[in-house]
Amino acid sequence: MKRSSNILGGLLVLLAVLYAACDIKTYEHGEILYENFCANCHMEDGTGLPGIIPPLAGADYIGLYPEKLPCIINQGIKGELVVNGRTYNTEMAGIPQLTEFEITNIINYINTAWGNDFEIVKHLDVRKALEECE
Amino acid sequence: MKYLVVILVALTAFASCEQPSHTLPILGEREVINGDTVYHTIPDFSFVNQDSQVVTNATFAGKVYVADFFFISCPTICPKTTKQMLRLYEHFQNEDGVLLLAHTVDPKRDTVAALKHYAHNLGVEGSKWHFVTGDQDEIYEIADDYFSIAMEDPEAPGGYDHSGRFILVDENRHIRSFCDGTDPADVDRFMKDIESLLNEKK
Repeated sequence: MKRSSNILGGLLVLLAVLYAACDIKTYEHGEILYENFCANCHMEDGTGLPGIIPPLAGADYIGLYPEKLPCIINQGIKGELVVNGRTYNTEMAGIPQLTEFEITNIINYINTAWGNDFEIVKHLDVRKALEECE
Repeated sequence: MKYLVVILVALTAFASCEQPSHTLPILGEREVINGDTVYHTIPDFSFVNQDSQVVTNATFAGKVYVADFFFISCPTICPKTTKQMLRLYEHFQNEDGVLLLAHTVDPKRDTVAALKHYAHNLGVEGSKWHFVTGDQDEIYEIADDYFSIAMEDPEAPGGYDHSGRFILVDENRHIRSFCDGTDPADVDRFMKDIESLLNEKK
């Protein structure tokens, strides 16, 4: 009895360690892409520049229009945009060289970083959104 | 005994770092003319700010100011440096002795109206933070005096090359400190330098 509980305990510890390791590695690819393509303007901590570049951390826009994110990353955006009640009007250049998978990884990094808790997207969702961009 | 000496030396070094306010050095080249030391000095300038007001050295008389170079459509370091300038703006909001001077390196696109729009969107009002435009050559020339780079470069992202440095100038037009405006930790250190320069005046 004691032995089996030891084994069980050991397994639990192993699982916890594996889980923690996986957790750290989640969207690492997305994070690298984010740092290379997005962080100059949206900042490493996703806070943007008040009034000029909208934040991504805690941005209501992400929850309201998840289907728009792939198009914005791919094509850029021009014109007014309201995020957390503040209006932004700075043109963003698109990054057409990013693949569907890369866009998916970036979005999932954004959706889970800095305390964000938005829904995880799958690359097929991103493909569909990209097909339907305006 | 040997150890005691080492400890004493270490303690002395540590104590010397702990001095609450030290006098900032005057930076740049200096020469001695007729026995007097002549320090590097910011030359006369005249630019126009976001409210169409002429900004000259006289605008900063009796004050210290932080200068930098940027442009609105800059895709690289400017959002970061502007964010750090915004920190300085907020930190010294109620300190009339500190002003900010941001020069555009892209006066063709960054007109007075564009600068006004930019400042307004950032939430910057009043006359603490001057966003100035002017003759491109004059801006590029004065960048040298601020130990900064400003140049047109079709190869650079956005078409212009410039450094993200913040430069602290005292009321005698001497440069007393600078920092990397893209590095928040270096800006923290720089803020302390601004405060010690203010204390120097008191």
